[in-house]
Order: sequence, then structure tokens, then C-alpha cells
Amino acid sequence: MISKTISSKKDSGSKSRSKGNGGRQLSLLEQVAPARPAPARRAEPAPAPTRRDDTARQSGAVRHRLHEEPRTPEAEAPAAAAPLLATAAPPPRSKRRATAESMAAQQREISVAEFFTKNRHLLGFDNPAKALLTTVKEAVDNALDAAEEAGILPSVLVEIHEINEERYLVVVQDNGPGIVYKQVPKVFGKLLYGSKFHRLRQSRGQQGIGISAAGMYGQLTTGKPVAILSRTAAGRTAHYFEITIDTRKNQAIPVKDEIREDWPGVDHGTRVEIELSGTYKGGRRSVDEYLEEVAIANPHVRLVYQPPRGKEQRVFERVTDELPREPQQIKPHPRGVELGMLMKILKESKARTLSAALKEDFSRVTSKVAGEICAAAMVAPNTRIRDLSGAEIERLYSAIPKVKILAPPTACVVPIGEELVRRGLEKEIRADFYTSCTRPPTVYRGNPFAIEAGLAYGGELLGKAEDDDETFGPRESGQFGPIQLLRFANRVPLQYQQSACAIFKAVAETNFRQYGLSQPRGGLPQGPMVLFVHIASVWVPFTSESKEAVAHYPEIIKEIKLALRECGRKLSVFLHHRERARNQEKRRSIFELYIGELVESVHKLTPVDRRKLQQQLLGLASKFTGQQEEEEALEVGGVKPDRKAKGKTDRNGDANGNGGDGEEG
Amino acid sequence: MDERARKTDVKLQGLARHLVADVNQKRNPSIAIPLRSLANVSFNERRKILELGDQKQARILFNVGMARKFMQTFLLGSACKELLEQGKTTSIRDLYYIAKHTLGDTRQNTFEEQDESDPIIEDLEVTIDALREELNLFASNKGAMVGPLTIVDSGDTIDLRRMGSGGWSVPSIVEENIVELKKSEAQFVLLVEKDAVWRRFNEDKFWQKHRCVLIHGGGQPPRGVRRMLRRLTTELKIPLYVLVDNDPWGFYIYSVVKQGSINLAYESVRMAVPQARFVGLSSFDQEKYDLPDNVTMKLKDEDERRAKQMLAYPWFQRKEWQRELQYMLKRGKKLELEALSNKRISFITEEYLPRKLKEGEGKGWLV
Ligand SMILES: Nc1ncnc2c1ncn2[C@@H]1O[C@H](COP(=O)(O)OP(=O)(O)OP(=O)(O)O)[C@@H](O)[C@H]1O
Ligand SMILES: [Mg+2]
Repeated sequence: MISKTISSKKDSGSKSRSKGNGGRQLSLLEQVAPARPAPARRAEPAPAPTRRDDTARQSGAVRHRLHEEPRTPEAEAPAAAAPLLATAAPPPRSKRRATAESMAAQQREISVAEFFTKNRHLLGFDNPAKALLTTVKEAVDNALDAAEEAGILPSVLVEIHEINEERYLVVVQDNGPGIVYKQVPKVFGKLLYGSKFHRLRQSRGQQGIGISAAGMYGQLTTGKPVAILSRTAAGRTAHYFEITIDTRKNQAIPVKDEIREDWPGVDHGTRVEIELSGTYKGGRRSVDEYLEEVAIANPHVRLVYQPPRGKEQRVFERVTDELPREPQQIKPHPRGVELGMLMKILKESKARTLSAALKEDFSRVTSKVAGEICAAAMVAPNTRIRDLSGAEIERLYSAIPKVKILAPPTACVVPIGEELVRRGLEKEIRADFYTSCTRPPTVYRGNPFAIEAGLAYGGELLGKAEDDDETFGPRESGQFGPIQLLRFANRVPLQYQQSACAIFKAVAETNFRQYGLSQPRGGLPQGPMVLFVHIASVWVPFTSESKEAVAHYPEIIKEIKLALRECGRKLSVFLHHRERARNQEKRRSIFELYIGELVESVHKLTPVDRRKLQQQLLGLASKFTGQQEEEEALEVGGVKPDRKAKGKTDRNGDANGNGGDGEEG
Repeated sequence: MDERARKTDVKLQGLARHLVADVNQKRNPSIAIPLRSLANVSFNERRKILELGDQKQARILFNVGMARKFMQTFLLGSACKELLEQGKTTSIRDLYYIAKHTLGDTRQNTFEEQDESDPIIEDLEVTIDALREELNLFASNKGAMVGPLTIVDSGDTIDLRRMGSGGWSVPSIVEENIVELKKSEAQFVLLVEKDAVWRRFNEDKFWQKHRCVLIHGGGQPPRGVRRMLRRLTTELKIPLYVLVDNDPWGFYIYSVVKQGSINLAYESVRMAVPQARFVGLSSFDQEKYDLPDNVTMKLKDEDERRAKQMLAYPWFQRKEWQRELQYMLKRGKKLELEALSNKRISFITEEYLPRKLKEGEGKGWLV
């Protein structure tokens, strides 16, 4: 998928936006103008990205550069460097200050690694607390991806050692397949090197940046190399590496490279150690919280977590021994590719003719569909691939939306599943009520995805909310703060940029008042509730490389809302039932209170067996309380005289012009 | 317990027996309380009094809206039984305190305010068909009386000619066992709406000159005064004249005295005086007595509303009353008895009332 030839900057002025990386790029544009249907926009000239706030625009622009870089294999670096530079530092117009020649002297390649060091916030290393979290997160994501891909039930150990208050050592060890010897330096020492970017398959990692970025951050802040111990099978030796990264060349420099004859107790797996400057904290958005959420969304994972500062070790046991179904890799769907991607795929195709390439390299393209695309584009189906001109490819690209093509197969997405979502919540949160909903998979811009939602209500959350805003006494839903929203993408907790996320938008736009919660306009509902939303997709459209927020695709938002509604309905049934039970309870206790008085009075009037009468009345109380479901007590406490009855007398009193037959003084 | 008390006690026990029966038959215990509202009150054309109909309202124990009142009804019933047993009478305020206590370990009380217990007492009265007096309850005295007659009050003989400026304070229980009417020279009874006007009549010795019983009820007369009016008129066989302000409230007082009130319709039989006659200020009296405009007052919204309601009451249907009320509304003015003092301080006792009485005899009364 990394392009060798497309230079998006050159194309950006032309009639279509060929910025490569189809889905990724589009995701940003979606964010800019989410209301527009994506396919229609393909043939349009690139809109000036000025409609959103500056940060979005900036990160979008920068992201480009990041993404263009990988399309440039080392050998061809200069070719891509020029356009890159053009955006990064446009040549000043003023002739006095610089000449083309003087500038030429300064123009040189910017390596991804170098770029990263200056823009570390893009990858989630903007502050020390977040840096520690991101490091753990990248390593854990990889561990889980690797184990699952190898069909191993993941067992992961996470340790955080405090070296001093500003420096930590992160250790993540998995029982995955390990990494073969010669790959280790590249995986850990080279940004944008990975196995997941080039395919359409649901996984946690997708960019090939994660772990090397964490390593690089560690190296930059502490000067320490990344240490890796890995073993691929019981009979084989383990190898130990210490790797530093040459940021100029985006290359790994192994400073230590040893064979370990044995790795006691570990047949296969990988252990990564990164020392970095950061800060450890608990609470919201902490490593602790991240791991708790991982445990919720990954009920098949066993996690052992050793926090720093002598805190007690935490073990998150798995609730199921079943691995999630293996996600199938799929070919790109014609509707999901950008022009640049289309060019790349066609150029790299092993097929000889155009129609064969369309059939073989895309999903849902039959001979008939291929023929229709070619016809609409006015390109002969048997044109040889290497003879295809740029103009022809552009025509093919414009032709795709005109042809009917079946949506891509959706079996390739693997949601957690309704039951496991609920069990995951049950495991980590002690609530009164749980529910969940998994939507059938569907498609946004040619990419299959599935949404699931779940919620936990009441129980310990009542107390938690109380601590949060320091109010006491019995509380209505509105007296609680906002609910806790847990967002997940391919089972990875998303902890930052909540309000920029499609999930947040869908929640805020769902009316939870109808389900019995209070909710400020355009905000999260309020109440003792944890809400869980997961998007599973072959390609999750994040708004930036740090993978923190899901882009606002209308199809995605709609699905989330549907899932939320189903959970909401179940919640409201529960709340209704509980309310009813409570009222019954309240009623019964009022009756019990009055029965005691009544029995005494009756006894005074005419002697009775008080015990017996009391028992009989209590029996009648439970017999009759159930019958009053519908009747809402006007004044359950009975502190004031019954309004209904009093109002009646008053009205009549008035009607009779007798403002009170105040015959008593 | 005397005979009276025993009779009431039996009625109270009935309440408890009824409950036990309900419980034994696994019914939701209930009390049938005669409805005390306009809907259940009718004007008996023949007897000329308001009567309570037979509509009843069920007060159910296992009903969230009624449970508390149900319990309170029994609580007050048992408190009254204790009064009967001890032969003591007490005020309804006292009874409220007697029955008030905290419920279990809650912060709820059996009654929170007296407003809560007063209507329950009335419920109890109508339910077991016992009068307040029969439950040994009284209200604070309101109203005074003087006149050429002698009475015996709780064994003490009292000459109502010698009551000084304040008069004899009419107790709330004036039943025969407490108050006896003895020798009388009174020719009629004069009920004056308020205390201040009553004082003028007493000071001017009107009752001596005209040989009448002079009584007031401090506004709307309490039960004791109404019961006394009834006894005076029936036992002494003398007429009753009612002197009230010219406003809807005054008219209403007259009507309550005459045919009873909606709320206490069940007591009309022993309190109403259908022969009562109106000698109050009429809407036409301003011209008649040549009173200046500045002694009148504007009718308030509330007055208007009340006047309109009264126009619709069956017992205000005589054309004289309709004319009276309509004219009051048309004028938009009301007139207090005190306005007559604008003429002369004793105008009311020396001219106004004697003239009214004479006219009444001649032209017929406004009844
Ligand atoms: N613990 C591990 N066990 C086995 N293979 C691993 C492990 N960690 C990383 N890898 C391999 O190294 C590659 C690079 O990892 P990296 O985290 O940099 O990128 P990624 O996971 O593909 O994408 P992302 O940037 O989104 O995390 C992965 O694609 C995977 O093939
Ligand atoms: Mg990764």
C-alpha cells in the first residue's frame, strides 16, 4: 500500500485528490464536512480545508507528510522529499531574502523519525503522563494482535517500574508467536514498518508506527535503547536485542544482539522494555484505567499488571477460553479506494489485463462488474496494465460510482459479541443492571465495520458518582454527573479526544431522557452508568495517527445510535421495573407504619387480639400493594394532608361562596 | 359514662367492629364517609334547610392516598372514646395534641398540623352520626349574649340582664344538659354580625327597650351560637332577626343561620332557623337612608365571585334576593353597618333598626 510513485502534492492541484491512503485521507475530509456522502465527493476538486478548526487542519496536513514518507522507500527518498518540503516550508516570495539557489542549499530529505521528534504529539506523546500510557498501550496492542493472529489465547504481563518520579521502565511481555531474529531491528527501530498496514484485516495496530515510536520517544528522553527478548518456539533459541534508532535515516542500530539459549518458562513470546521519561498517575486516563478497559473489551485475555510504587499487583482473569474468530483479510472494495490507491493497485497488479486486475485485486468485482466499469470509463477491458495511462485510470476512478457493485463481505469483522460485552462489563464493574447489543456488520466507504454497545447501571457506580461531585443523600438521575463513556476501536480503549470522536457525537445526539436518564442538550447523559461503545472494522477511520478519536462517518454514527437505542430501551425497562418495585416497597412500609397505629386504636375502641389483627393486616398489605401499580402516590410521605381530597373540599367550599365555614374558632 | 356517652361509644365501637369484619373476610378495610360537599347537599324546599344527601365516599386502608387518613380517623375515634370514658370535654386543638405523636422511628407524625385533624373530626362526626358535642369536643368560645332572660349554665344560674359590657360568652356546647333556658321576657332574638356593632346595641340598652335577646357570633357564628339561636327560637317561640353588613359575606351569614351550611349540612336540622329574618343593610339602603357615597366600599373580585355564586343557590331564588344581589353587583359597592354611624352614633339602634322592624311587619320581610 505504500506508494512508490504517487506524489500527492503534485496531484493536489489537479481535478481529483489523489492523496493516497484512501480511507485515511478521507477520514479527515469526512471530519471536515461529515454531512456529505463520501462517494459523491471523490470526483470533486479538493475543498479548501478551512472549515474546521485549525488544529484539525494542521494535523491533517502534517499527517499527509507522515504518510507520504513511507511511500518513499529509502532509495527513492529524494523524489518524495521535494513535494513534502514544498508544503512544509513553502519558498518565500520575497526575492531579497532568499534565492532559489540559496534555498536549494537548504533543501534536503526530512526523515520520518526526525519529523516525529518534532511532532511527537501526533503520536500521543504530548505530555509525560500520556507518554507513559501510549507506550504501554502500543506494546499491549501489539502483544494482543500477535497472539491472536497466531491463534494463541493471550496472556500479557505489564510492569511499570519507577526509576524516579520522571522516569519509568515499561515492561510488556506476551505469549505470542515471537518475532523472527532478523525482523526485530526493523520492527522496533524503524517507523512505519509493520505487517498490518498493507492489508485490510481487523487488528489493533494498523499503521506500523506504534512500537517504534514508543521506542524512539524513550530513546529521545532517556538515551536508553529499547530492549527486546523474543522466542518463536520451544525448541529454538531466544534472542535479545538492544536497539537504538538512527532518527536521520529511520534505521535501527542494534547496540546489543545476543543469543539466549533458554528463556525459562517461556516457549514463545516477546518481551519489550522501554525506558522513558513520563509520569505515573492513577484515575482517569491512566495506565490503570486503560488496562481495566482492555480487560472489559477483551474477555479472552489474561492480564497481569504490576503498577509502580509498590502498589499491589492486579490480575485480570479471562472470562472466556475462546479466542475471537479469526478476522478474514479482504481485498479493497472499489468504493473504498482513492485515486492514488487505485493507481498503485493497478500498477502493482500481477494480472495482465485491466479487467483481470479489477477482478483479482478488488472484492466484489465480477467479470460483469469489471466490464461495466471499463465501459463507463471508456477503456478497453483487455488493455494491458502497463499500457494504462494516468488519464485512463482517472476515468476508471470516476466510473466506479456509476456501477452497481455489491457491498463487501462483512464476515471479516469480528465483534466481541453481545454476551461477552456484557460479561466483560460484569467482570470489571459491579452494577445493578447490564445490557449489550451487537449490530450486524455494515459498510462505510467500502470498509466493513460493526458497532456494539453495552452499559452497566447503578450498583457501585452510585457510590462512585457520589465521591465525584460530593453531594449526599438519595439522588435522582440528574443529581449524578455525566456517565462514563468507554470508547473502543478494535478492542482498544480510546482515552483521549472524547469530544472529537464519532462515538461521543452519536451518544450526545441520542436522547437518553426517553430512557429515564437526564441529559443536558448536546451532552452526555447523566446518571450512575458506564456506557460501552465498540467499533470493529478492517480499517478504523481515526482522526489522527495517535488513534484517539473515530472520524465522523454518517454510516458509523447511525449504527452507533441504533445500538445505543437498543441498550437504552432495555435500560428503561429495567428502570421502570425498579421504580415500580421501589414504589411498592415504599407503599408497603407506609402501610406497615400505619398498621401499628391502627391496631392500637382499634384495640382501644373495642378489645381485639392485637397480634392477630396486626398479622392479618400485614398479610392484606402485601396482597393489596401489588394492585396499585398504576397509582402514583401524590404524597407518598403523607406529610401533608392528601392534596387530592383537600382540593376537592376546597373547590366545593369556594363554589359555595363559603370561604371556610369557619364555625370553629 | 352517662347515657349520652354510652350511645356515642357504641357508635365508635361500630367503626372498629366493621374493620375487624373486613379483615376477617380479607377485604381491603374501608370506611364509608358521607360526602360533605356541594354535590351531596340539597335544599329541602319544604323544611327550608340544607340537607346532606346520601352519597358516600369510601376511605380505604390499602390505598396510598388514603391510608394515612384512614389511620387518623381511628386515632381520633379512640381519643374521643377516652374523653367519653373520663367524662371530660376538650377543644379540637387539644384533641390534635392528644393524638399527635411520632410514627415509629420515622420523622413522620400522626398529624403534622391541626389543619390535618380538624377535617378528620368532621369526617368522624358524619360517619358515626354523632355530633361534635356528643364526642365531648368543643371549640373556643366565640360570641356573646345578653337579654331579658335567665339561664342555668353548668349548674350556675345566670341572669343575662346583668352581664355588664361584655355579655355572657356563649360556649360551644349549649346542649340541654349543660345550658338550660329559664325565665324569659324576650320578644325576639337579634343576631348582630359583629362584636363592635353588638357593643353599640348593648351600650344603648337596646335589648332592654325592645325586650330582645342580643347576640353576636363574631362573624360567621360558630356552632354553639347557631345551636343557641335554634333553641331560643324553638323553645321560647320567638322570631330571629339577623343584622348583617351589605356584602355577600353578610348575606351568606344570614343564609347559614337560616338554612345551614354546606360543610355542616348534617347539622342543619338542629342548628338552622328557617324563620330567621333579614334586617341587615340592603343595597337599596344607601339612598333610603341618604348615606353619602364616601361611606361605601368597592366590591372586591372575591365579593363579586361570591355574589354570583349565591345568585345560583336554590335558597336564594326568591326574586327579592335576586334583585338584591343583582343590584349589589350592578352598584359594585358594599356597605358596612358601621357606615350608619355617619349619620349619628346611635342612628343604628335608635332609627335604623326600629324602622326596619316596623317596615318588616308592614311590607313583609326579606326572607
Ligand atoms: N509483541 C509482538 N509480537 C509479534 N510481533 C510483533 C509484536 N510487536 C510488534 N510486532 C510486529 O511488528 C510490527 C510493527 O509494530 P508497530 O506497533 O510498530 O505497528 P503496527 O502494530 O503494525 O501498527 P500501529 O502503528 O497501528 O501500532 C507489527 O505489525 C507486527 O508485525
Ligand atoms: Mg502496534
